[in-house]
Amino acid sequence: MPSITKIRLEIISNLPVTHNCFRLELAGEGLPAVAPGQFVQLEVPGKFLRRPISVHDASPERIVLIYKTVGEGTKVLSQMVPGQSLEVLVPLGRGFDPGICGKHALLIGGGLGSAPLYSLAKSLLAAGKHVDVILGFNTAADVVLLDEYRALGTEPAVVTLDGSYGIKGVVTDAPIPEHDCFYTCGPLPMMCAVCRQLEGPGELSMEERMGCGAGFCYGCTIQTAGGPARVCADGPVFKKEDILW
Amino acid sequence: MVRDLRTKFCGIGLKNPVIPASGTFGFGLELADSFDLNVLGGISLKGTTLEPRFGNPTPRIAECEAGLLNSVGLQNPGVHALVNEKVPALRKLYGGCIIANISGFAVDEYRECCRIADACEGIDIIELNISCPNVHGGGMAFGTDARAAAEVTAAVRSVTHKPLVVKLSPNVSDIVAIARACEDAGADGLCLVNTFLGMRIDIKTRKPILANRTGGLSGPAIFPVAVRMVNQVAHACSIPVMGCGGVATAENVIEMMMAGASAVQVGSENLRNPFACKEIVEALPGVMEQLGIERISDITGCV
Repeated sequence: MPSITKIRLEIISNLPVTHNCFRLELAGEGLPAVAPGQFVQLEVPGKFLRRPISVHDASPERIVLIYKTVGEGTKVLSQMVPGQSLEVLVPLGRGFDPGICGKHALLIGGGLGSAPLYSLAKSLLAAGKHVDVILGFNTAADVVLLDEYRALGTEPAVVTLDGSYGIKGVVTDAPIPEHDCFYTCGPLPMMCAVCRQLEGPGELSMEERMGCGAGFCYGCTIQTAGGPARVCADGPVFKKEDILW
Repeated sequence: MVRDLRTKFCGIGLKNPVIPASGTFGFGLELADSFDLNVLGGISLKGTTLEPRFGNPTPRIAECEAGLLNSVGLQNPGVHALVNEKVPALRKLYGGCIIANISGFAVDEYRECCRIADACEGIDIIELNISCPNVHGGGMAFGTDARAAAEVTAAVRSVTHKPLVVKLSPNVSDIVAIARACEDAGADGLCLVNTFLGMRIDIKTRKPILANRTGGLSGPAIFPVAVRMVNQVAHACSIPVMGCGGVATAENVIEMMMAGASAVQVGSENLRNPFACKEIVEALPGVMEQLGIERISDITGCV
């Protein structure tokens, strides 16, 4: 099991990016490297357990997280301001394997599942791969990260369930570009449809309610083709064949 | 002045009294690359049954004020994997006290499981778990009835010469009666307490948060109850007590020892801070200095 670092990071910014999503930028010396698809356990003042949040973007001494205000914990988080600090455990989990990609990757994100795929897109592009992106959201107001993906030089196809932005429908209703592998992150039914319909090697990032986030409490175990697996430590990224739909 | 952290439990010397509790530290190996495990006085391994178990469906974790509920349900790879893989691998890295936590659903299963664990050289202490609230028809059923607790303790006693510690459930009206029954049946020590049976409901969906409906409550919320129970049992029994329940700081360790514990287990705190036990060990000398404690073993049962 890889080494985990506990580190206190300063909030650089914590700003809304949609009506219920925030972009949190944290920085600190000694921050270990984080691979695409890995996550952190973030301290939330007044809450007993940390919150597992996937890393959207990382560079030396800086990480960016995109989170949705779903409960009390993330609400408290959204009220924190630059200058305050938060303790994180980092890096956690097994991220995406760029090794499954030949020349042409297809990335399919649903909702905030678009966030961890961003750093993957960045690293695949840096490795000279061709990257296509499909992003799905419920409605136009939820559309997020489009400009960031565009700034990488990709042009994501956007779908919304209600058709208020881009193509109306679900991600698999978008034209599927040529690809030799795919990576997906988002709601389980979406990832299930993607994994069933797309050919070639594929990986997906799972979500589960976690305790420790570091593989020793066995709170987030799911049954996989290879036996019981901890989403936090054996995942969150799994091969598509691993998941028992 | 150098502060002496050494203590003894069931005749086994511990370099300090701090031990991660069963179920909150895996098999020790999971964190071996994150810090040197040898700072720990002991390690209590994840609850193990005769056969491998998947455990309960997820969600298995629910949060609450000052703690959490879990319904993991004894996920484990079985006792053969414990003695053939987990313990030998941990023994290579760790020189302290290794405690195997054994659970089951029937007296015969407990006996067989302990017989197999007894033959494993790397295991120093067998911790008999008769207090898991998350499995049906076993676990806690043995820990809430004095006669059943005595029966399983005696059965296991007959197959092991290793120190035998019985881990008690707090979900009883008279913990002293259960503790005495275990002592009379041949236990060498007691560990208390396991988790309190609890429940949380999602008020939006009107459903239990845990897929198993109920789970075991642990964390700082239960600390005062654990201290009271340790104190009662320490006064009533002549075998040593390992204190467990909501311990989160070096001060909590001292308090638990004053209540009567010879060693102290740290549980839920590991889940929010994997370095908790290491940090507690590091903080102990300073707290002892403030309190004028020279040897930590001196304070056991002073209250």
